[in-house]
Amino acid sequence: MKFPIYLDYNATAPTDPRVVEAMMPYFTQTYGNAASRNHQFGWEAEQAVEKARDLLGETIGGGGREIVLTSGATESNNLAILGVADFYKEKGRHIITSPIEHKAVIDPCQALEQRGYDVTFLDVDDDGCISLEQLEKSIRPDTILVSLMAGNNEIGTLNPLEEIGKITRKHGVLFHTDATQAVGKIPLDVEQMNIDLLSFTAHKMYGPKGVGALYVRRKRPRVRLSPIMFGGGHERGMRSGTLNVPGIVGFAKALELCRDEMESEAERQTALRERLHQRLQAELDHIKLNGHPTQRLPNNLNVSFGYVEGESLIMGISDIAVSSGSACTSASLEPSYVLRALGVGDDLAHSSIRFGVGRFTTEEEIDYTADKMIFAVKRLRDMSPLYEMVQEGIDLSTVNWTPH
Amino acid sequence: MAYSEKVIDHYNEPRNVGSFEKSDDQVGTGLVGAPECGDVMKLQIKVENEKIVDAKFKTFGCGSAIASSSLATEWVKGKTLDEALAIQNTEIVEELSLPPVKIHCSVLAEDAIKAAIQDYRKRQETSSEPTASA
Repeated sequence: MKFPIYLDYNATAPTDPRVVEAMMPYFTQTYGNAASRNHQFGWEAEQAVEKARDLLGETIGGGGREIVLTSGATESNNLAILGVADFYKEKGRHIITSPIEHKAVIDPCQALEQRGYDVTFLDVDDDGCISLEQLEKSIRPDTILVSLMAGNNEIGTLNPLEEIGKITRKHGVLFHTDATQAVGKIPLDVEQMNIDLLSFTAHKMYGPKGVGALYVRRKRPRVRLSPIMFGGGHERGMRSGTLNVPGIVGFAKALELCRDEMESEAERQTALRERLHQRLQAELDHIKLNGHPTQRLPNNLNVSFGYVEGESLIMGISDIAVSSGSACTSASLEPSYVLRALGVGDDLAHSSIRFGVGRFTTEEEIDYTADKMIFAVKRLRDMSPLYEMVQEGIDLSTVNWTPH
Repeated sequence: MAYSEKVIDHYNEPRNVGSFEKSDDQVGTGLVGAPECGDVMKLQIKVENEKIVDAKFKTFGCGSAIASSSLATEWVKGKTLDEALAIQNTEIVEELSLPPVKIHCSVLAEDAIKAAIQDYRKRQETSSEPTASA
């Protein structure tokens, strides 16, 4: 076994060596600007990009001409939300989303609120599921967009995309999904699911960082966007900027590998995740699974360990790379906003660990992680005043705490 | 975040983990912090003739919180109550090289010492018995 063990695949994944190999010629040999129309360097680069574009589009059930290449999912989400909001502002200024979306969706929505748009944040239940009835009831004549993620980056819960798509299509509202965690891991089909805009990125699927895409439906209906970056008019005017040719080639190669191995990998990673969860459950009391027990990403496990604090727990498993809360917010001391939205108490939110398994995770690593977690939790509980009080039968909610 | 060597040492080998019987007249218990803030410290002192003869702690919190309370138990042992009351959180910050975001851990440890002493003194006032010396 190699240390440290990487179990943070929901944050990012290593680039697969097969992807790196596919990218290499596009740094030093086929280095043309894909927008150069006058010479062979440009043509070859453009050809490589178009081939990649087709693969990206077709793998999610669309076409290459519906793919807008970006710098990553954050940009794709911003472009989808801000671009639709601006283009359709005469039609309406109401957007529907959920409180457990990634910040790259929530923050642009809140920026729109500042500009006079109206945003509805749907309720989520204890497992992070929205209510389809509430979604349908929330749609108004001025609703232009519903943005709901495919799979949650912290707790893994999957949204019922097909059912959501039926509702948005019925009401003539555009449907955007942030599928960053889902593409290449679970089957997605923009036709079958009536998805109009879909964000995804290479680095979560063993591709390089810094390249992503936004699927933008071209017909039934044709989706229009105002650009958020201006320049050379690349990507049919929707996203200016010289294309990252090696990155795009790597992105397509990465998705191709994920697609070909999806079924067996989903099964294998689900088994690893379950193995870890079962070990923890068998040997520790007061633990809680966050997110839906079955409707979740194959590679995500999020568990709260009652009465131990997350950061100290991570310190106790220093040769295993996991995340406490979300990696995007763990620089702050605030507990995860996602867990809070699920109604997880702040005490348990402080005690949560996200395990992300991936292509290179082995059973041996999972067993080592389980052993180490169990040891660390028990040790910290031995020095936890909260665990002691609970053992003594004290109800912690009745204690007069001194918040600071 | 990189922890200082001393924090790691206290985290790996915490001093004086445990509990005294709360109802013991010789014991003072300080319980500070709140679970929703991510740290709770319980610090207990055992007192004989105004002198702290033993101390124990249990802490729910990050590595710096554990280290701060572990260090606090080491420091109060052998001190008189008044000497222990004079311990400042800044001394803990300095000893453990705590970064600014972890200063609240040292404040909590100082609060825990003060709360334990206060609890002990309150118990002496309410108890009609003189301090039992075992």
